[in-house]
Amino acid sequence: MLCVVRNALGELAAKLGFSEPECRAVVLAVDEALTNIIRHAYLGDAERPIEASFRRINVPRDGKSGDALEIVLEDRGVTANPKKMCGRALEDVRPGGLGLHFIRESMDTVEFSRRWGRNQLRLVKFLHVQRPEKGS
Amino acid sequence: MQIAARHLDKITIFDISGDIDLATSPALRKALLRELRELKMPRVVLNLGAVRYIDSSGVASLVEGLKASRDVGSRFILFGLNRTIREVLQLSKLLKIFEICENEEQSVAP
Repeated sequence: MLCVVRNALGELAAKLGFSEPECRAVVLAVDEALTNIIRHAYLGDAERPIEASFRRINVPRDGKSGDALEIVLEDRGVTANPKKMCGRALEDVRPGGLGLHFIRESMDTVEFSRRWGRNQLRLVKFLHVQRPEKGS
Repeated sequence: MQIAARHLDKITIFDISGDIDLATSPALRKALLRELRELKMPRVVLNLGAVRYIDSSGVASLVEGLKASRDVGSRFILFGLNRTIREVLQLSKLLKIFEICENEEQSVAP
């Protein structure tokens, strides 16, 4: 199912006006976040539910306001350990531990919270280009 | 993801296509480690020209392949890297640790 989400999200990001590299960055971040949920919150069970919401928001930035894509992922898995959410030094060449680094590098805001028995990950990517013409 | 292996003298060439992600990277890892650790092929080449997407688990599999090649004294070469793969390897700061060729001809050259 990850490839379905990747394809849909890539199209959504492009529709919102993100550049091709930005679309790839958003897709990578969300894919890595979903992978982390399956691996760590659901201990490898890919059949458990993950709720995802995507919406265009307007956020204050540099004294002005600008559009952004907000993505919220929620799961009902085990509580994430903040100590294990620090990624790793990239100088250490070894497999694993890159996912969180990719998410942080790809998105402008990465916020994790735990509420009502759910893990919530909020990701925001600022839109740097003008919004596409209506109806295009 | 699909993996097809070809053999050219003492070189194994893997033609990989599709997406390398959480679901498919274990198969890539298994194929690489078999060729390097079990069969001890002197050179393993990955043709990534038809790979559409790679995530951190795919990068981890490549790193495992690289480490295995160093352990057994083999060469581990990538070629056919498109923009998506280059971006991800760049993001992981791992682009420079791999031996990367422009095409298959270079990757199998003596």
